[in-house]
Amino acid sequence: MGKLHIETQINGEPAEFLCEGHQSLLEVLRDGVGLLGTKEGCTTGDCGACSVMLDGRLVPSCLVLAAETEGRTVETIEGVATGDQLHPIQQKFLEHAALQCGICTPGLIVATRALLEKNPNPTETEARYFLAGNLCRCTGYDKIIRAVLDAAAEMRGEAG
Amino acid sequence: MSKRKFKYVGTRPIRPDGVEKVTGRANYGADIMLPGMLHGAIARSEHAHARIVRIDTSAAEAMDGVRAVLTGADFPDIPNQWMGDDEGGIDFGAIAQNCMARDRVLYHGHALAAVAATTTAIAQEACRRIEVEYEVLPAVMDLDTALSPDATILHPEAHVRDGQPSNIATKIVYEGGELDDAFTQADVIVEREFKTPMVHQGYIEPHGCTVRFNEDGKYTIWCSTQGAFGVQMFAAMVLGLDPNLIKCVPTEIGGGFGGKTTIYLEPVAMLLARHTGRPVRMVMTREEVFRASGPTSGGQVRVKIGAKRDGTFVAGDCEITLEAGAFRGSPAGAAAMTALSSYRFPSYRIQSYDVVVNKPKVAAYRAPGAPISNFAVESCIDELSRELEIDPIELRLQNAVEEGDRAPYGPVFKQIGLRETLEQARAHPHYSAPLGENQGRGIACGFWFNAGLQSSAIVSVNADGSAIVRTGNPDIGGSRASMAIMVAEEIGIPVERVRPMVGDTESVGYTDLTGGSRVTFATGMAVIEASQKVVLQLRERAAIIWGVEVDDVRWEDGVAYGLNAAADQDPMPLHVVAPQLRTTGGPVVASAQVSPPAAGPGFATHICDIEVDPETGRSQVVRYTTVQDAGKAVHPSYVEGQMQGGAAQGIGWALNEEYVWDEDGKVENPGFLDYRMPVASDLPMIDTVIVEVPNPIHPYGVRGVGETPIVPPLATVANAMRSATGVRFEQLPMSPPRVLAATDETGS
Repeated sequence: MGKLHIETQINGEPAEFLCEGHQSLLEVLRDGVGLLGTKEGCTTGDCGACSVMLDGRLVPSCLVLAAETEGRTVETIEGVATGDQLHPIQQKFLEHAALQCGICTPGLIVATRALLEKNPNPTETEARYFLAGNLCRCTGYDKIIRAVLDAAAEMRGEAG
Repeated sequence: MSKRKFKYVGTRPIRPDGVEKVTGRANYGADIMLPGMLHGAIARSEHAHARIVRIDTSAAEAMDGVRAVLTGADFPDIPNQWMGDDEGGIDFGAIAQNCMARDRVLYHGHALAAVAATTTAIAQEACRRIEVEYEVLPAVMDLDTALSPDATILHPEAHVRDGQPSNIATKIVYEGGELDDAFTQADVIVEREFKTPMVHQGYIEPHGCTVRFNEDGKYTIWCSTQGAFGVQMFAAMVLGLDPNLIKCVPTEIGGGFGGKTTIYLEPVAMLLARHTGRPVRMVMTREEVFRASGPTSGGQVRVKIGAKRDGTFVAGDCEITLEAGAFRGSPAGAAAMTALSSYRFPSYRIQSYDVVVNKPKVAAYRAPGAPISNFAVESCIDELSRELEIDPIELRLQNAVEEGDRAPYGPVFKQIGLRETLEQARAHPHYSAPLGENQGRGIACGFWFNAGLQSSAIVSVNADGSAIVRTGNPDIGGSRASMAIMVAEEIGIPVERVRPMVGDTESVGYTDLTGGSRVTFATGMAVIEASQKVVLQLRERAAIIWGVEVDDVRWEDGVAYGLNAAADQDPMPLHVVAPQLRTTGGPVVASAQVSPPAAGPGFATHICDIEVDPETGRSQVVRYTTVQDAGKAVHPSYVEGQMQGGAAQGIGWALNEEYVWDEDGKVENPGFLDYRMPVASDLPMIDTVIVEVPNPIHPYGVRGVGETPIVPPLATVANAMRSATGVRFEQLPMSPPRVLAATDETGS
């Protein structure tokens, strides 16, 4: 069976890849494109470790077919920092020790960016419900939520 | 020791490996790609217990892209032999059979064949085309069945009790005093029986490895593990190889909680790599993680505690029965060792049974066994406090162990902080805050003995005055930061000037696993000692530069100061000494190794407020506080992180998590949708209070902190539920249907 040739945009750059019709975006990002920052935790859309943005919408990349990205834009964890500067969300995750093993961190940072684009001033409860699709087994979420709220304050220009 | 004033210990620098982990650059177990790599997959048993009559791999082998198909017949026979004692140990024959079944499959998910192919999809399809003829055997799915007189016996040749084949692999007993007599002295006796389900560690990263075989017989394994030296040794034992032929390079690890202290895929990938001459990567699916890796035991615990009217405990009796899964090795020993260790019981008896059943072989899970026995004991103590009408913290303070008390399993406690955690919990605003409607509050304590084991470390100083520290412990929760802090403290340079590194089996001295809450404690001791040797060498170099004796040089906070004959020398900081290393004797490198026989135990007290919806039985933890003795917190943020994470896992165990089996013994919920771990909206902020009662074994007073936090929550939540609903829950999880049924029954 012939492979599909897909032209898309990943992290602001034009990108193309070959894939089979059944392959997920997660699989192709990792094994095809070589962007290993997007993590696989379940492949059933339950853990959020593979979160990416597709045309500005937060999706688990394990539930998107790679071929569906034709002509669309994909943003992954690799596109969150700008040049030599970490994104404020990344910086706040570090300052608050909001990661232990770090496997859920890329997905959580992508999801947090999606949250703060929609809602720059979330309450703790809003942050917890928005991020309920991203499992973390190490932290108990406390320091993650603190990092998210602190990043939101910083991005609003308020002193953290 | 406790008088020492620290400059870096106790601060909260950003972890050295942090940027890689927030940018997605860090490489985990599934992230190692080699040129020409094949992809492996495993065919697993569809039955909980069956004899394998025949395996036909021809259809799988005929597929395009399939390069090798293996079954148990391709693996060497490793005899069963228990290495260890009743309290714990290992059987490499069982590990080998768990990695690949031979003539029998013992649980739904047991590996029975493996494929290497050019893509994962082809390998998985080939696994589906492997035809297995089974002779299905009765599945032993619970403890009552396993212990019944006519039970199917899983390992008739291995476990014999009273002359009869048995599913009981081990029995452990600790006794002291005159139990029967003591109970007659009690004014109040509480006796109850508890049940907890099999639960999974739930690490987000599935097991994964990549293996390369060289024609000289040498293997390199890249994998996500809690201990590279363990992988090397286990894989060698399972394949009958010289460990020297195996190099293990630990990748970053995406959670383990004890579940990555053993091997599953590695020997399979090794044989596939050897058979094909190509590198092979294997990664479990989430379903495989649930069906074939890690869980901890389901258990039954009967507890009887007697007390005087004034609250003094006079006797404790526990009978603990734990599921081992398909092979011997439940944490029956640790569950027994910890059961009654928090309080003084003048008379006690603890009996603990390790029982095999047709479920996945259990692996370590954070303070293995302790949460199960602690749930039962601390629930009974809560009942006692109600019957005696004594405040639950006061009752515990009245009976709490302290320095000089002997634990039922033998050791005499040195300085410990149980009493301090109780006092801090009582003083915390949480404990006296008003409760809302349908809310209840519970408290419980927990104990874990922690491990010492073996560690080594290498510290070197560079010509620019920076330092490198190499250890052999995979960094599962921020330990690189702790190692860097300790080097910084000893040498006297900023933490950012220390680069910590996790070595492989060929770049560091032998080091036991990341487990037992031992890394910052034991590996830290090696790091401190190696750093102190570095400081001695730096003083020697300063002495050479000044032309004096080493005793004429004092080193403080990164600076050499002259004494005696060198009293008139200007102080010389490290950045002046370091460039002169090449002319004063060459590089400064030091190593150290430790093997502490004990670790210094950890105690904690937790407080939980829960709100229960009487209409649905759904509960929500609305406030949670953890108080724990850390001895000395090296990086307080990561100590708090352990306390919060352990509490969250324990809350999940208490309220929602459980394996669900169908009547044939098949796992019905092998995924995160149906195996319900806590998500962000399930939990409140988790408040932390770090108590510091110095551990006399450690130069800074450090205690392990990783495991203790999962011990109290099961009982803490159950005691809160008792307060909210009036119902004593003796079975976990306290899921909404169970809560609704119980509260309907009592009309509360």
